[in-house]
Formats: sequence, structure tokens, C-alpha cells
Amino acid sequence: MVKNKGTTPLAFDEMMNADSSPRQPYSTYHEWYASQDRNRLIAKSKEAENIFRKTGITFAVYGHADSSEKLIPFDLIPRIISGREWRKLAQGIEQRVIALNAFLDDIYHKQEIIRAGRIPRELIERNEAFLPQMIGFRPPGGVYTHIVGTDIVRTGEDQFYVLEDNARTPSGVSYMLENRETMMQMFPELFHQNRVRPVENYPYLLRQSLASLAPPGCSGKPRVAVLTPGIYNSAFYEHAFLADMMGVELVEGSDLRVIDGKVKMRTTRGYEAIDVLYRRVDDDFLDPLTFRPDSALGIPGIMDVYRAGNITIANAPGTGISDDKAIYSYMPEIVEFYTGRKPLLENVPTWRCSEPQSLKYVLEHLEELVIKEVHGSGGYGMLVGPTATRKERAVFAEKLKSRPNNYIAQPTLSLSTVPILVNKGIAPRHVDLRPYVLVSDKVQIIPGGLTRVALKAGSLVVNSSQGGGTKDTWVLED
Amino acid sequence: MLGRTANGLYWMFRYIERAENGARLIDAGLRMSLTRSEASEDDWDGVLQSAGVRENYDEVHDKLTSIDAIDFLLRDRANPSSVMSCIEAGRHNARMVRTALTRETWEATNECYLEMKAMLSKRARPTDMPEIIDTIKRQAGLIRGAFHGTMLRNEIFNFSRIGTFIERADNTARILDVKYYVLLPAVAAVGSSMDNVQWESILRSVSAHRAYGWVYDAELRPANIADFLISNGRMPRSLAYCYEKIASNLGYLEREYGERHAAHDTADRTLASLRSQSIKDIMDQGLHEYLEDFISHNNRLGQEISDGYRFY
Repeated sequence: MVKNKGTTPLAFDEMMNADSSPRQPYSTYHEWYASQDRNRLIAKSKEAENIFRKTGITFAVYGHADSSEKLIPFDLIPRIISGREWRKLAQGIEQRVIALNAFLDDIYHKQEIIRAGRIPRELIERNEAFLPQMIGFRPPGGVYTHIVGTDIVRTGEDQFYVLEDNARTPSGVSYMLENRETMMQMFPELFHQNRVRPVENYPYLLRQSLASLAPPGCSGKPRVAVLTPGIYNSAFYEHAFLADMMGVELVEGSDLRVIDGKVKMRTTRGYEAIDVLYRRVDDDFLDPLTFRPDSALGIPGIMDVYRAGNITIANAPGTGISDDKAIYSYMPEIVEFYTGRKPLLENVPTWRCSEPQSLKYVLEHLEELVIKEVHGSGGYGMLVGPTATRKERAVFAEKLKSRPNNYIAQPTLSLSTVPILVNKGIAPRHVDLRPYVLVSDKVQIIPGGLTRVALKAGSLVVNSSQGGGTKDTWVLED
Repeated sequence: MLGRTANGLYWMFRYIERAENGARLIDAGLRMSLTRSEASEDDWDGVLQSAGVRENYDEVHDKLTSIDAIDFLLRDRANPSSVMSCIEAGRHNARMVRTALTRETWEATNECYLEMKAMLSKRARPTDMPEIIDTIKRQAGLIRGAFHGTMLRNEIFNFSRIGTFIERADNTARILDVKYYVLLPAVAAVGSSMDNVQWESILRSVSAHRAYGWVYDAELRPANIADFLISNGRMPRSLAYCYEKIASNLGYLEREYGERHAAHDTADRTLASLRSQSIKDIMDQGLHEYLEDFISHNNRLGQEISDGYRFY
């Protein structure tokens, strides 16, 4: 049995070389760090926590007993990426996002990729994320995935893998912005010493990007709104934050109604039309007349308004088919099919448990693999083989056998580490990265993103719902 | 602005106002029990009535004790008007309308909640009471300060102010009704000598015991107290003052939206009668009837505002 003993010595550390010298992007920071008093840093760390609590930057954890609001721990050692590293990443992400949009357009129109035999038809048409209502409909500007959060992991100097393409409603961008804000407040000197590319203009770019994709039925200045499921949603803080920073209304389903073929919101002066809806509500709940009839979060009839070209919904309904974990394993083919080039960013090798041979392999190697639910997210319902107990693995094996279609498996990658501040100094912890991408008539990638960090030594699970933390992410100017 | 946002602002400020008034009521109650030789649970009966939760209390407790009454008024979640319930509800509304608030106003509200939640996590000991009351007043003051210092004077401001003053008018009317009603017969019976402590407690419940002395002479007279709390337009918790503010904030909305609702007529009518009626007229008509009528009109105004501005 593989016993996990803290961080594997093989993991690539992004700050320190094996000979204890700092890697190049960290050299200026490391010099600063070496000159700091550790107690002051620990005090600063508490200060940061207070800022977050005071501001109310919280999230709700589903199924938690004292439910209400938790803080995501913030670690004040930044994750630093050089300009050269970033360019490589950005090109790969852009290629991938372009392919995702082309794929969606194809899937809901001619389905050439299926006809070419690159993707099995049943994988699309039997997939719950595939929305027949979207067939033959092209969203304004031909854009399906207005906002993407591509999850990336690193295993070495030049080895990056895409772990997930979050093409539905990626969250976490408020943490990217608040982390930067907090760092700039606490350590302004660091931003004089290092040339860090700005992320602060994200809300402005988001609004611009959304407004540029107003529907044909919009005359005049497009009116943008953010649709939230409400105050009890785990990401409510982020919804309110983004609406606030963009200077647009934060609406709930109950504020909206379809009147005269437009989606309108109930204001103190009467009903006013909305042109672009940045929705943070899942497809299923968007329109009780089209999807789940029991949804109280949606707007009855919005899909008719959408199809008539009188509102833009971002991201488009039905984009889930492109970031589904079963589709993920086909991404290399998808990228090549639509861009005509080999993918610049690698996929993590993936076994589809729906295929009998793969299932057999997975069952025989459970202790080495990570098993994920095809439709799951947020680290729920997954098995990390190497750290799971024998009993947990046995239970999971039964699940796999009874519903193989529901699972994929991937090797446990030796994720790179970045140090975090601990009482005795610093200690390496595994990280991932979620850069944010805006798609309009162009693809804009915000230089930075959300670095999630597993706070437990040796742990590979970075999800905030499973005890992960976050770091400010710096992309340096060359 | 969204109707739901206007509703959230209105209630956020109603709840914060109610929390602060609750703290004052407890303060006045404590004061009374301090200055009495024999501890009287009747004092707390009056306080519970003023807070409008006498019946709620009986649903939870078998008998009336000062310790239970204080806990019920201060931190019992079973009491929707307890200070802690109000702070929580105020903050809940603030979170919902966060995009309409300045960062300072939101943070002051959030801090008030965090601090009071920690402070009231367990039953308060009598010796802690002064500090608790002070903290509530101070935190409410910080919210008010942040709000006045940073908010734009626009519709957001107007709905917030309307919430504050509808609540305050209701509170003042209740305090006066309950206390005055209980005390007046005693005055008539005894003639001259009145229980100064009891009268003073009315003024204390609205933080006006000092100001009273500036306006009237030092002697506490029932008619003067009623005049002070009903008709004195300079007294920030009087009914007249509250309605000046409600009417002027509704007036701003009317001009900005170019739209007049039933609420405008109701508010103007109430204000006009507060201005024209002398305290003697009111007393002759019957103070209790007058206040009862006022409270129900005030509630109706709240409903008309909610309808006119599409809160739901």
C-alpha cells in the first residue's frame, strides 16, 4: 500500500531549487522574504484574516452543520509566474478556449466532429449537459463561453496540464481580486520591487466584454445584470462583488419577468429591460418552462426571449457539454479538429470507466489513481487513491462497478508546490491555478488568476470546500 | 433601483433602529430596577409591552423574572425583536443589498454583527450589562456615522431613511402609549407627587432625559413629556420629527421619479396633523386612542410605500 508521508520529495517546488537557491521568478521576492521578521509576517497573516472577515469575503459550505459562512484561508506568500512561463500558458489557454467555442457551435449545428468519427454520438446526445433546446441556435456574436476558468496544474519546469475547462460558471475570481487588494494593502513595497502585471481591471473588462455581445434586439446602451440564486448560495459574495465592481444590478429570478418579449426587472419605477444577463444560476434552473419545472430561481420564458434574440445569456445554456469530464478526455482531438494544430497544453491522461478495458485497469490500480465523477465538481464525490483508506477504496470500487459511466480516472500527478507561511517558517504545499478568460470578439486572459493551495502537508486536494486556501498570483513583466 | 433592493434597504434600517431602541428599553428597565428598594418584576412587564413582545415572552417562559426578561429582549432568537435577532436580520438585509451600500456602511454593519454575536454568545451577567448596552449603542452609532458620512444622497439614501423613521415613530409611539397609560391613573389618584423614576424612564427609553430639561423646566410633567415626544419638531425621536423626515424623503423620491403614490398623501396628512394639533387637543381626545390610531396609520404607510415602490 502506498502510504502518503507528507509532500513527496519529487514534487517540483516553484520557489526553491533543490540546492536551496530561489528560482529566477522568485529571486526579488525571496530576498525581501529573507529580510523579514517572521513574527511580523505572522501578525500580518492575522491582519489579512481580519480584513477578510470584516469585508465579509465568505462562502457557504454545503452540508456544514453550523452552515453559515466560512473564510477561505489566505496565504500571504505569492505564487509567482515569469513572463515567459505565462506567455506559453496563455497561448495554450487561448487555443483551448477557441476550440471549446468552435466545438459548441459545431455540436449544436452540423455536428461535423461526430460525423468525422472523432467523438461518439451517444457521448453527446445521451449527456445531460447537452441541451436539445440549443440545437440550431447561435448565441449573439457566436460566443458560447463568455467566461472560462481553465484549471491548470504544473509538475515541472515546463510541464503544465489542463485539469478542467470550467466553461459553465467558473467561480473564484473575487478571490483573485481581493487577494491582490489585500497584498497591495499589506506589502506595498513588494509591488515597487517586482513588476507585477495588474488584474484589477477584470470587472471593467468583464463588463465591456459582456456589453459587446448585446443581442440584436438591443437598441442603445446595453443593460447588463448579474443573476444570482440568492443570499444562501455559496458564492453569493462573489455575485454581489462582481455586480458592485461592474456597476450593474444584482438580480434574482423573482426580480425578473418576461414582458412584451423582453426580460425585465422590477424596479422602484416599474419594469425595465435587461439586455445581457451574466447568470450564476445553472442551466437546469434557468427557465422552469423549459428545464426543471420546480425551479424557483429562474425566469419563466427566458429561453423564448433568448431564442428570439432579445437577451444575451452568459455563459450560453448548454455549454456544460464542453467541460464535462467525459468530454475532457477527448479534448486533444477536439483542439486539433478545430484549430488544425496539436494542443499546446497537455491533457492529464484519463481513463474512461465506461470502457470495459479501462474500468478493469482502474479497478486494479485504485491506489494510484484519482477517481472523479463525470458530472461532479468542487471536489465532492471523488476518491484520491493514494491517501484513501482500504475501506474507502473498497466502497468506491463498488460504485465504479455499478455505474461505470459515471466515472473517469486519472493518475495522481505530482503537483508542484509553493511554500506557505507556517509557524516555524515556510513549508511547501501543493497548488493549482485557475486563470480567468473572457471571450468576446477576442480572447482576453487575465494575467494571474486564482492559486488554490492544499494547506495540509502532502494533500493534493486544493478545493476550498475541502480545506484548501488561496494565494495571490503574480505574473511578472519581462 | 430594484424593488427588492429598496425593500432590503428599508428593512435593514428598520432592524438596526429596532436593535438600538431595544437596547435603550433594556437600559431604562435596568435603571428602574436599580433605583427601587424592592425589585419589581412589573417594571419588566412594562418594558416587554413597550417592545411589543409581552405575548411572545409568555410563549417561552412560565413566569416573569428580570433575568429572563433581559435575556429575552437581548439575545433570544425565539424573539424576532430581540436585539440580536434584529442585528442579524439587519445584517442579512445589508448583505442582500450590498451593492447599494458603501464599503464603509457594509463593514460597520458587518462588524456590529460580528461583535454582538461574540458578545452575546452566552447569557449576559448583570455586571456585564452596562458594557453590552454601550457596545450596542456605539455599534449602531458607527453604522449611522458611516452611512451619513459616505452615502450618496440619492434614492438609496431615501429608502434607508424612510425605514429608520417609520421604525422610530412606531417605537416612540409604543413607549409613550404603554408607559403613559400605566402611569397616568396613578398621577390622577395621587394628585401631585409622582414617581419621578417612572417618568424619567420614559425619557431614558428615548435617550431624552437631558434634552427634556433643556426644553422644559426640570419638573417632569405628563403633558410636557407627551408634547416633547409627540409634537416637538426638534426632538429627533418625536413623532413630528420622524414624519418631517419621512415626508421629505418621500418628497425627494416624488421629484426624482415624477410619480406620486398613496404613501405621499398619507405621510403629508399625518405630518400636517402633527403640526396643527396641540397637545391639549390630543389629551382631550384621549392619548391612548390617539397613539393607537397613529401606530396603525404608521403601519399602513409602510404598506403603501412597499406597494408604491414595488418592494415585492
